[in-house]
Amino acid sequence: MRELRYREALREAMFEEMKRDETVFLMGEEVGHYQGAYKVSEGLLDEFGERRVIDTPIAEAGFAGVGIGAAMVGLRPIIEFMTWNFSFVAFDQIISNAAKVHQMSAGAVKVPIVFRGPNGAAKQVASQHSHSVAPFYTHIPGLLVIQPSTPRDAKGLLKSAIRSDNPVVFLEGETLYGVKGEVPDEGEEELVPIGKSRVARPGADCTIVTWGRPYYTVLAATEKLASEGIDCEVIDPRTLRPLDVEPMVASVKKTNRCVVVHEHWPYGGPGAEIVDRIQREAFDYLDAPLERVAGLDVPMPYALNLEDKVLPTEERVIDAVKRVSYAS
Amino acid sequence: MMTIRRFEEEAARNYAKGKIGGFLHLYIGQEAIAVAAAEVLEERDYVLQTYRDHGTALALGMPPEAAMAELFGKDSGCSRGFGGSMHFFDVDRGFYGGWAIVGGHMALAAGTAFKSKYQGEDRVTMCFFGEGSINIGGFHEAMSLAGLWKLPVVFVCENNQYAMGTPLERTSPIKDLSIKAKGYGMVGDRFEGHDVDVVQSHMREAVDRARSGGGPTFIEIQTYRFRGHSMSDPAKYRSRTELEQRKQQDPIAVVRERLAGLGVAENALDDIDLEVDEQIEAAVRFADEAEPAREDVMMSTVLAPEVEA
Repeated sequence: MRELRYREALREAMFEEMKRDETVFLMGEEVGHYQGAYKVSEGLLDEFGERRVIDTPIAEAGFAGVGIGAAMVGLRPIIEFMTWNFSFVAFDQIISNAAKVHQMSAGAVKVPIVFRGPNGAAKQVASQHSHSVAPFYTHIPGLLVIQPSTPRDAKGLLKSAIRSDNPVVFLEGETLYGVKGEVPDEGEEELVPIGKSRVARPGADCTIVTWGRPYYTVLAATEKLASEGIDCEVIDPRTLRPLDVEPMVASVKKTNRCVVVHEHWPYGGPGAEIVDRIQREAFDYLDAPLERVAGLDVPMPYALNLEDKVLPTEERVIDAVKRVSYAS
Repeated sequence: MMTIRRFEEEAARNYAKGKIGGFLHLYIGQEAIAVAAAEVLEERDYVLQTYRDHGTALALGMPPEAAMAELFGKDSGCSRGFGGSMHFFDVDRGFYGGWAIVGGHMALAAGTAFKSKYQGEDRVTMCFFGEGSINIGGFHEAMSLAGLWKLPVVFVCENNQYAMGTPLERTSPIKDLSIKAKGYGMVGDRFEGHDVDVVQSHMREAVDRARSGGGPTFIEIQTYRFRGHSMSDPAKYRSRTELEQRKQQDPIAVVRERLAGLGVAENALDDIDLEVDEQIEAAVRFADEAEPAREDVMMSTVLAPEVEA
């Protein structure tokens, strides 16, 4: 194992898959000559040239559609949205075309495409640039939705996503790009399976399901909770559609308590879906109602003191765990 | 052209009988365009159409049985009952859909053309859409990228004068839509669509340009649909006189007249009509008797099966 940043792990995944398969190409705004708005594609243009690393004009619906069309006839595009906020103008392409054509054509047309880019809040970029988009895309049958928390999962899942024959929504995080973590050594190929949860921290007293940026908030909170005698088990779904609920249910059957922590708004979404599934499948094992710690139900404010309140905090996680544990 | 005409008439009849559900948009009056396209394109080429897609699919060789069975929502339909009228597919014949969001498939066509260029293939994509598409963003972005990257695609605007019930003069400040091509750095062309030979010669030029690396073309074809926008539309927004005038230029009558002029006997043409009648009647019988769409296919086609790497 070696240590890589999340950003570097993603770049390696694209580099390796582009080396491996000539039909894989990267398309998006500033991915080539600028080296990526967040430098995720740094160096790829030099390695693969303008045929395969393609700068586009600002036209998300256009280049998302070009990617889908190219995928329908056999290429494997990686479409980078500079941020997922800009995917909204390409929403129809993803929903009406990418997610539908396989069934609409009775399986005759496949769409092996990855849409990727940073998702969620960064720092003080205000309401139009801070969307956590998982609820929109997880709602749609015909899409796979992946949101890796660690560099290792980012690399292994992006490689699997590129090899998938289905349209994948791949949610990264601007604040995660600099995060360092262990990644298998060069030459040791790891394909992290799509649709598999991971136990990130074993524990006995309370299950916490979390992913993305709050994953790190939760890990920090669990250390404080441990010092107070509450030993939490943390489960990272990694893929939000399809959901691998079974390890969560197994964990709750052991701990009898569960808190779900996520950045997206509390109304619906994978957070609510996970709670629904766990309460149905582990109802008799629960010693307390499930709790959720979500982004507050407001558009993201610019002011830092307010933004800090909107995003899930260690304090809110700790309070929720204590509530379900009936501890003070 | 007769196959398309009779197919559409029979579809309308079966819609009225309740055999066909949902929306049904007929191609009657526009047949020369689909037939000319099929004549000009090669088997390896890609074609995308809007929801008014029966004519194009049939012209490309889709058996009327598969088309009618799709309208009836049957398993032996061209999309196995998952698409219906608006979503015909026949990828073996290069027909990549029937798409029902206005302007939404145009970028896909740029995408299939992008693939041809990426792979160095000489396949051409032909993308059809109505004049109702010209104001939506999907049109602009697809045209922009196709022009920028000189993609091998022919954009064919079938201007049938009405976007649903709204005539072009109420949605566009310009009459000659082909001038839009200039802004996208591509060649524009504009002509009438009732004479299959004329359509064919113009289309051939555009297809040859795309195939030889000359980039995309935007074509505006002046045409007319003889029926309403869909089955629920009595077309009260246009006058009977206008319709009757347009019917003077029925593309099928134009061909009949030309063939007669060339010395083809009237009864030889009548024989073709009879043959087509029988073919379409057989397609209706086939569709009626076909097995219903399958639930197991519904559940297994939401996602493509993953191949282990």
